[in-house]
Amino acid sequence: MLRESVTRLREGLRNKEYSARELVEASLARIDEQNGKLNALITVTPESALVAADAADRALAAGDAPDLCGIPLVHKDNFCTDGVLTTCGSRMLANFVPAYDATVTRNAASHGAITVGKANMDEFAMGSSSEHGHFGVVRNPWDHERVPGGSSGGSAAAVAAAMVPLATASDTGGSIRQPAAFCGITGMKPSYGRISRYGLVAYASSLDQAGVMGVSAEDCAYLLKAISGFDPLDSTSVQRPVEDYPAELEGALKGLKIGLPKPYWEGLESAVADAVQAQADELVKLGAELVEVEMPNASLAVSTYYLIAQAECSSNLSRYDGVRFGHRCEDPKDLQDLYRRSRGEGFCEETQRRILVGTFALSSGYIDAYYGKAMRARRLISDDFTAAFEHCDLMLSPTAPSAAFKIGEKETDPIAMYLADVNTVAVNLAGLPALSTPGPQVDGLPVGGQLIGPYFSESRLLMVAHQLQQATDWHLQVPEAAA
Amino acid sequence: MATDSKAKQASIDLETVRKTARLARLAVDEEHLASYQAHFERLLALVADVTEAPIDDVEPMAHPMDMAQRLRPDAVTEDDQRERLQASAPNAEDGFFLVPRVIE
Repeated sequence: MLRESVTRLREGLRNKEYSARELVEASLARIDEQNGKLNALITVTPESALVAADAADRALAAGDAPDLCGIPLVHKDNFCTDGVLTTCGSRMLANFVPAYDATVTRNAASHGAITVGKANMDEFAMGSSSEHGHFGVVRNPWDHERVPGGSSGGSAAAVAAAMVPLATASDTGGSIRQPAAFCGITGMKPSYGRISRYGLVAYASSLDQAGVMGVSAEDCAYLLKAISGFDPLDSTSVQRPVEDYPAELEGALKGLKIGLPKPYWEGLESAVADAVQAQADELVKLGAELVEVEMPNASLAVSTYYLIAQAECSSNLSRYDGVRFGHRCEDPKDLQDLYRRSRGEGFCEETQRRILVGTFALSSGYIDAYYGKAMRARRLISDDFTAAFEHCDLMLSPTAPSAAFKIGEKETDPIAMYLADVNTVAVNLAGLPALSTPGPQVDGLPVGGQLIGPYFSESRLLMVAHQLQQATDWHLQVPEAAA
Repeated sequence: MATDSKAKQASIDLETVRKTARLARLAVDEEHLASYQAHFERLLALVADVTEAPIDDVEPMAHPMDMAQRLRPDAVTEDDQRERLQASAPNAEDGFFLVPRVIE
């Protein structure tokens, strides 16, 4: 039953084909069987999950079950969970137990979803491979020698391996879309401000956005609806009604203009381009029209993104001082020594690299040349999208320039890893919504196509992805190792 | 992509990396310092396309949306959770966070 859609699971639970307890037990059994191989979850929460499952069964019996009642899910381990370890994949927070829930986890629970665990990730969400975490490498369910993508690799692997039908994740420069592509699932990063970030541990605050992962766009629509909405606890949360995403999946593509951003189709593996072209052809069959769009400043996106993200990360991660929470070094000789060694020991190399470059880009004498310049380039990149959306309703591109790469392949070359984020980072700079949906596979590995829309076009993006998924079966492929 | 000339312009000495580590309150040993220096040079060469772009007349964009900072009423909204919050502290006693002696 873990391979069934959320719509089907909702029916199954309401028709008493199985109970929430049976569904949660199936999920826990699946985790037991798969997690040793995949390392997708850092924490599993069977006791609280079964208590919640029994409560869900009572609500189902009483006929007042909320939307996601009884559906198991995992949260990426950078969402705070009251009383449950929240590590951000870091030694720094290896013992951190929050005293409060993130709005996302609270909203998911109030809609009836049941947390069965916390998903592994690159440390502090910094990485594109889920190799940079204190709790070890996450493996791709399609090929255990390959990465699941990152930084939300644990969330993506958990869904792809059918441990859970749904997962939350976060996306600062592609951390939902790229692992969704690598693991053959659907993943959406909504518009900046759509989902509250209260209790989502900060990486780069002007770019971070919470989002959703599931097998299909329809499944994602349910979770997105449940966790979206205004939150007075997040000053960047937008006061705007949440649409009924699952109810708006039935739409016509006739007359819809889909832009193909030229630079996004260059410099990638040709088989990947062919796979996403097949998605474009399918959209044309459904009535859409393709138009080529220019993105004249696209080549600046990776540089701009890494300057801004690292500057913001150096500022955000300054809160880890070894005093109030987090790792503290042994026998500090004075306060400076306590700060320096606690941080030197608590952060992995990749996090340190980013803090250092960010500190440099913000330091006296360099800030205008680096951070200041990046903020100007950011405007140009954002304006490119505004101009492009005058000629199209949404855009389609490959999510990543290749399918999942081998574990270790790019680990020694951080810059090569950064460059592979070329098609996802600009969306965060502009704050736009985007999703990745599976295309035809390349050599047995999943490939994703990225749909990008104007601000708050989540409904349209999900509708188009849903229509594409209704017409094809690319999103229904199941990894053999996890079958 | 980075060219040799850009890489040269982005040359960063070990002392700058050491100073940056000090600013960032990060203890970095000599071996890592050298590897971070090499990374700095490559990264700064990579971003030369932005740092050298003639865009000084473009209005900087700090945030994806033009938003005003929202204010809330000045009212107590949370209960005291000191004990629960301090449970995650590396060293706390009697409601205080303990650190090494600062004033001798």
